[in-house]
Amino acid sequence: MTDEEIYSRLTPIFRDVFDDDTLTPHPEMTAAEVPAWDSLSNIRLVVAVEVEFKIQFSTGEVAALKNVGEFVNVIRQRASR
Amino acid sequence: MTFQLQELPWLEAPPADFKSLCNALDASDAPDGAEIVGLATKALNTDQLTRLSKTIERARTKTKALSPLRGFHLGLLGNGTTCLFAPALAAGAARHGVLLRVTQADYDQVAQEALDASSTINAAKPDAVLLALDFHGLPFNSAGGNSSDQSALDYVGMIREGLERGAGVPVIFQTVACPPQPLFGSMDAQVSMSLRRQIQDFNDGLRELAAKRGDYILDVAALAESIGTQNWHNPVQWNLYKLPFAQTMVPIYVEYVGRLLGAIRGNARKCLVLDLDNTLWGGTIGDDGLEGIVLGQGDGVGEAFTEIQRTALQLRDRGVILAVSSKNTDEVARQPFREHPEMTLKLDHIAVFQANWSDKATNIEAIAKTLNIGLDSLVLLDDNPAERSQVRKALPMVAVPELPADPSLYARTLLNAGYFEAVTFSEEDRQRGDQYQANAQRAELSAKSRDMDEFLTSLGMTIEFHAFDAVNLGRIAQLINKTNQFNLTTRRYTHSEVETMSRSPDCLTFQIRLRDRFGDNGVIGVVIARKKDATFDIDTWLMSCRVLGRRVEEAIIAELVRHCRLNGVDTLEGSYLPTAKNGMVRDLYKKLGFAPAGGTDDQHVWKLDISEYNVPALPFEVIRDSAANA
Repeated sequence: MTDEEIYSRLTPIFRDVFDDDTLTPHPEMTAAEVPAWDSLSNIRLVVAVEVEFKIQFSTGEVAALKNVGEFVNVIRQRASR
Repeated sequence: MTFQLQELPWLEAPPADFKSLCNALDASDAPDGAEIVGLATKALNTDQLTRLSKTIERARTKTKALSPLRGFHLGLLGNGTTCLFAPALAAGAARHGVLLRVTQADYDQVAQEALDASSTINAAKPDAVLLALDFHGLPFNSAGGNSSDQSALDYVGMIREGLERGAGVPVIFQTVACPPQPLFGSMDAQVSMSLRRQIQDFNDGLRELAAKRGDYILDVAALAESIGTQNWHNPVQWNLYKLPFAQTMVPIYVEYVGRLLGAIRGNARKCLVLDLDNTLWGGTIGDDGLEGIVLGQGDGVGEAFTEIQRTALQLRDRGVILAVSSKNTDEVARQPFREHPEMTLKLDHIAVFQANWSDKATNIEAIAKTLNIGLDSLVLLDDNPAERSQVRKALPMVAVPELPADPSLYARTLLNAGYFEAVTFSEEDRQRGDQYQANAQRAELSAKSRDMDEFLTSLGMTIEFHAFDAVNLGRIAQLINKTNQFNLTTRRYTHSEVETMSRSPDCLTFQIRLRDRFGDNGVIGVVIARKKDATFDIDTWLMSCRVLGRRVEEAIIAELVRHCRLNGVDTLEGSYLPTAKNGMVRDLYKKLGFAPAGGTDDQHVWKLDISEYNVPALPFEVIRDSAANA
């Protein structure tokens, strides 16, 4: 799966979870940049991504995420397995 | 072919423009409650539920009247992260006609919130408190093993007492779902130190506690069991975020809460309308004929249809009214009910049978009218997507579940859709099917009869006049004290006053019962007349409005006249005392041939000269006490 494909599938998820149709996720994006991105919406984001890509993150993977780019890395690795 | 409860398969997918519809509601000055219900009645995911809940919250603060929604203020107390499902609850409640406001406690503050009378929850005095505890939040003891289940129950009992003192409102107890982690294996439930055994005992105790206190149960244990506890509990999400159940289960959880709140508010559905061809049997009776339709033992598909019929009958046995709406010729549609040996449902089980070629929506409206219930009390079970869509469009308040292609899943889909959620069950519920059926049959007969007299005669009515007796004094006193509309004088008497009158030689008392070929209406009227010299004065006359239009009034006067003649009384006197509620009987005495005899604005007096009264021909067989025949 290409990063381009991952980002194109992530965009509607970000917009739904944070209820903001102007959002376009990019590699350096962090929670600080998105007003609605708090610990609760972060959980909804992770779960929505798991459903979309039919994957399950491990406890350690989720705890270590720093920005959207790392998120995409994990998705790419997990989805290719 | 599978059934995934957590995906709410009985609901349609939301429209593609769901978000813009929410936005439009947000922008509106007068948001429409029915439109909110329409949007809620879709298979929404957690984000969509949260989005719609925001819209509902905005609408609630903007306008008071969001009809048909009915308000409910829920206090939410739970261990773990309740704020992940709490923002989705309002949409789930709206699906069941409830305008929800939630007051939440801070994270993991269950005991403090319950025991402190000035806590957020107690001070808010909500309509009910949902105690959403899972196994992590309860003191189950896996090491000790000695009656440790008692301590979890004690803990909940203490919470309950605190809420009773602080808020004084009902509690909704959530049963606990057992995690799929056996300690001994198959022996688990036999060993008191296992979590499985402790949770089972705890849930049993919780149900007892709720029954004793008039509280409610949200059966999360049963829900998790249906879904599979390995899907319900997500240990990763618990460890990372303290989610008490998997986040993907939010939609079914809020649906369960919503339907329970709806049932508490009296919004549960009352009537199941059944299509026939390919819903109750396989094939088309009009084309395939009695021998061609698929139903019953020995054929897999036939057994699937037997199962849905059995389900309908079980629903009827618990008080759900059954009706039929089918595009068919009436005689043809009834044939399987009469002649097919594998039919579980009989015509007797169906309160209203509508088989014709009019559109379904029109027929469904006729069913609601015949049964005298609201359209929002109906559920339509129909295999045909086009019919479902037409009815949803024309009558959005009627619930129309989506059905899978395979009839083997019909029963499971219908029963899991929660339309008939109950918070009580009584003997009266058991009998409701029969009562509605009797009323509907009377209405049908009335529509068929050319004129009223013919209709009344065809009812085969028996009217009974009995003096008050000890057995029925309670019922008589109850009628005297609660009847407002058909009540000429609205005089209230206590039980002992009624008893005194029943023994007085100067008082003539009637308790009037009415039966017809459809059933017994019970005591439908009460009369007390006092003898004063050559006059009988009607002190009290009241009747149940159910039997209006049956000429019962005339039968009562005829019976009173009969007693006048037996007692050598020449005048019957009656008074009308106007109240805010008894306007319907203002002209009753006039209509019955009485002449005005003065009185005041507060008491209209009427008289009937017995010598001039001729007994009319009435459509009753009369039964009276043997003493009254003297």
